[in-house]
Amino acid sequence: MFVLVALLAPLLAPYDPNEGELGQRLKPPSAEHWLGTDALGRDILSRVIYGAQVSLQIQLVAVLIALVLGTLLGMFGGYYGGVTDNLIMRFMDILLAFPGIFLAIAIIAVLGPGLLNLMLAAGIYSVPQFARIVRGSILSLKEKEFVEAARAAGESDAAILFRYLLPNSMAPIIIQTTLRMATVLLTASGLSFLGLGVQPPRAEWGAMLSTARPYLITAPHVATFPGLAIMLVVMGFNLFGDGLRDSLDPRLKD
Amino acid sequence: MFRYILKRLAMLIPVLFGVSLVSFSLLQIVPGDPAVLLAGEDANPDFIEAVRKEYGFDQPLTVQYVRFVSRAVQGDFGVSIRNREPVINLLKQRFAFTIQLSFLSILIAAFIGLIAGVISATRQYSIFDNLSMVGALFGISMPIFWLGLLLMLVFSVHLRWLPAGGSGELRHLILPAVALGAASAAVIARMTRASMLEVIRQDYIRTARANGLREWVVIYKHALKNAMIPVITVFGLEFGYMLGGAVLTETVFSLPGIGRLMVEGIFQRDYAVVQRLRRGPGVDDPGGRHLRAGEPADGHCVCLFRPQNPL
Repeated sequence: MFVLVALLAPLLAPYDPNEGELGQRLKPPSAEHWLGTDALGRDILSRVIYGAQVSLQIQLVAVLIALVLGTLLGMFGGYYGGVTDNLIMRFMDILLAFPGIFLAIAIIAVLGPGLLNLMLAAGIYSVPQFARIVRGSILSLKEKEFVEAARAAGESDAAILFRYLLPNSMAPIIIQTTLRMATVLLTASGLSFLGLGVQPPRAEWGAMLSTARPYLITAPHVATFPGLAIMLVVMGFNLFGDGLRDSLDPRLKD
Repeated sequence: MFRYILKRLAMLIPVLFGVSLVSFSLLQIVPGDPAVLLAGEDANPDFIEAVRKEYGFDQPLTVQYVRFVSRAVQGDFGVSIRNREPVINLLKQRFAFTIQLSFLSILIAAFIGLIAGVISATRQYSIFDNLSMVGALFGISMPIFWLGLLLMLVFSVHLRWLPAGGSGELRHLILPAVALGAASAAVIARMTRASMLEVIRQDYIRTARANGLREWVVIYKHALKNAMIPVITVFGLEFGYMLGGAVLTETVFSLPGIGRLMVEGIFQRDYAVVQRLRRGPGVDDPGGRHLRAGEPADGHCVCLFRPQNPL
């Protein structure tokens, strides 16, 4: 649903998201503007719809970065053990030492605000989670008989890693990917809210909330809908992730 | 026990070293010349050069790094470029504030989370259980800053019960603490529920019931104590998360905490402040990193709850 909205944004949006009529400022929801208009007279529904596009883009890129880097690091750490493992995991510890979105903020402080840097920051911030999960799963799998059999059959390390171990670790990775989509959206919109992410006038939910703050009393609807959009999407991914976990990993079900 | 703590602390050293190295190198690649920043954009070149010398920006990077670390260990973090105040003073005030806020939040989160989790587990699939789990889903899905705005709208603007900003009194902290604690309350509730459900099915609980103990004694004295082990780990994780989430909460409510100091610092390119903040959790509170990693520091608390834990 969310993906559909994002893809079809230009068709669905009734107005241009960046084109405002100043005569129509801060109007509450009406038949003309379903969700009302913001401080520059822009149609909020259209901006929320276009915001879906931006959010989806951020989520996909950031999670992909984290997925690839984290999985590779976790695989090598878990498989080779010893010094490699120690180096990788201590590095992950260092990344984890920055609480919450501090790490993402630190990265942005260096790279400067902007869409691309936001995706990078949100991605790198999620790498340790993937690395830990993949490593744990590889650690428990590599002692299994089928790995030994593959090794006895003369398979190379790379083949064992990618053809035997990786496919068997897919369940936790998929679950983590889904749940991370939710977290990344929260982080990214939070950064945009702070002014460190997507810059106005681009329609992004976090940035929209931030610009709505001064009008909280006079026009509360401006702040309500972008937040609602974030919450619904995050909730969707969380529900989806929980469902996946229940079906892919029955042991965890309560 | 003592050896265990020593070992855990020793493991911190390489990590702290790494954290300091990372934050130092991050600052080196930040665009902009700090000497120019200090002296002012249109100062004459001689003055800029003098400032560069005075602050040691002309030294090789290794020298700068060693000086940075040796000073930091002694609690000297330089002066803020913007207002020339020693960074340590700025930090002390702001950090105390954020700790207060986080502490209040974790209290609220623990209170709500534990109660909701225990009741949900003891009455699995009841209306209360379903409601609280839906509530938990909302809790983990709501952006902190949006929840903060909504709380402000309802309690400050419409009901006028609590102030929307300002600081100094407890009532100023209530809304921010609720906003910050909501997600953690949800996580704690889920964890408590899952953990309790597992414990309740154990044999010793059946034995306790068979011995004729009252139901609440069974639940709170026997079951909850054992169910707390994973929950305490979550407390640690959530506390670390709060220090991060405080950035958003403090921005929404315009509070003078460490999170806002950092964002302001970034916007104004205030070197020393940001540098110290990035290193914050590692040094100020050696447990901070571990709280994040959910490892040793709360490992200590877990020991209290599980005496047979091999130390």
